[in-house]
Amino acid sequence: MKTPVKKYVSFIALITLLALLVGVPGYMPSYTVILITNILMHVVLTLSWAIFSGPTGYISLASAAFFGTGVYASALLSSSLPLPIVIVIGGCASFILAFLVGSLTLRLKGMYFTMFTFGLVELVRNSLHWWEVNITGTVGRLIISADNKHIFYCMVGIFVSVLLISYLIKRSRFGLALESIGQSEEAAAHSGVNVTRVKAVTFAVSAFFMGAAGVTMSMRWTYIDPTTAFNIQFSFMPVLMAIFGGMGHLYAPITGATLFSLLEELLTTKFPYYYMLIFGLIMLAVIRFMPHGLEGGIEKWRKRVEKESPVKT
Amino acid sequence: MPILEGQGVTKYFGGLAAVFNVDFHVEQGEALGLIGPNGAGKTTLFNLISAALAPKSGEIRFKGRNITGLAPFKICRMGVARTFQTVKVFADMPVLNNVVLGAYFGMSPGMASADAIREATSILEFVGLSAVKATPAKDLTLANQKRLEVARALATRPELLLLDEIMAGLNATEVAEAMKLVARIRSQGITVIMIEHVMKAIMSVCDRIMVLHHGAKLAEGTPTEIATSKEVIRVYLGERKHAGS
Repeated sequence: MKTPVKKYVSFIALITLLALLVGVPGYMPSYTVILITNILMHVVLTLSWAIFSGPTGYISLASAAFFGTGVYASALLSSSLPLPIVIVIGGCASFILAFLVGSLTLRLKGMYFTMFTFGLVELVRNSLHWWEVNITGTVGRLIISADNKHIFYCMVGIFVSVLLISYLIKRSRFGLALESIGQSEEAAAHSGVNVTRVKAVTFAVSAFFMGAAGVTMSMRWTYIDPTTAFNIQFSFMPVLMAIFGGMGHLYAPITGATLFSLLEELLTTKFPYYYMLIFGLIMLAVIRFMPHGLEGGIEKWRKRVEKESPVKT
Repeated sequence: MPILEGQGVTKYFGGLAAVFNVDFHVEQGEALGLIGPNGAGKTTLFNLISAALAPKSGEIRFKGRNITGLAPFKICRMGVARTFQTVKVFADMPVLNNVVLGAYFGMSPGMASADAIREATSILEFVGLSAVKATPAKDLTLANQKRLEVARALATRPELLLLDEIMAGLNATEVAEAMKLVARIRSQGITVIMIEHVMKAIMSVCDRIMVLHHGAKLAEGTPTEIATSKEVIRVYLGERKHAGS
């Protein structure tokens, strides 16, 4: 149960966080600005992944397809249009792709859906590769990049939007419908929920933010080709980060993605040769000891504390 | 005009005719009992009416309108609600939200949230679950989960309610309560079709009974007619000499 005081506290915490974020380029070196942009990208991917996969339990590995669509939208348009407009267009392109794909394939359940989404990334990447080689006669493309500060503020903007949308969905009847689909899709359908549409729309909304993140991140790369844009890593990262953090409350994927990115940064710089190994071990430990992620661990700890010192409510 | 009628409804699972050429009708305000041995096709018939399954042939009409092949949510919004033989509550959601969902998306979608919550609260009171409305549905007893399914179905404001074995697995007290609940639902003018193995319940609650056997309609009539029909006794209740020994 969320008490008004708690709500107030998390609201204040959020505002403070945002205020600190907005100030970052003013007083931090550009390394930190880039690092935080990178963290925010992971947070955006994880939060948007959790919008759909959290309540419904449909594990999507299609994130890279939507992220890559954003990257390519940027490659095609960034030379002629301002960044915020390209972000919206890239997001919309991903939205449309996800809506079409979702309408056709969200009838698949469980593992079949997951495998399909995995295949989708390969399909889009290879089709694009074929197109670039045979039709346009290129392999990669140059991107007219923006400065770090500009990229940073765009990412903060996307982060705030995805947070707001996640919050609104969670609180709305639409969110209730999503949750019911995750618990029993059949019962939801027979209670009047248009399950196919709810799923496809949510899948598309989550893809919008992935596309937007793709456009923004591409600004840091200057040169892209289908392999970098549709890197399957962008599909696995959000899933791992959501497992790491948990998906019940909004703070969980944010914390998970932040710690995860920091950890990745730390390990790649300090232990470049063992980073995957250490990473794997940490992942195993989390799944073993905190099956519901950091969030689950915190909840368990809180329950224990409450039991030891019962608080009057 | 019957509120629901079916003509030549047929469904195969592989080569097996689960429901074969069944005609049925339910009058407005009536309670129809659906009985038959396990595997007779009762639940399949419910699945066909509520569009969980599409029939191979035949036609189902609700209030004169052909509803064969419509999506389940559309059929629900037209006023046909159901419960499930194996309970399908939204396990991690509080009891109240299970019912609020029905109110939001059922017959009158677009209901304001305050209205939906008020509606759900009064339905929970109606089925006797007020005390547990904040409990996650998975923590309820089987009897209460079945009641919750009825509550969720009622929240969609149905004109026709399909109850699939809401008394199976309940003890005698719980069965008596469930029978009272069905009677109260009927008194609200809701037409009921119920599948039940509890004979005492079906005989006392239903106006009319239809017997399915191997997917086909075997008999149809008032409870007394069915209870005395030789054919029904033979296939459903067992041969007299076996049953009596």
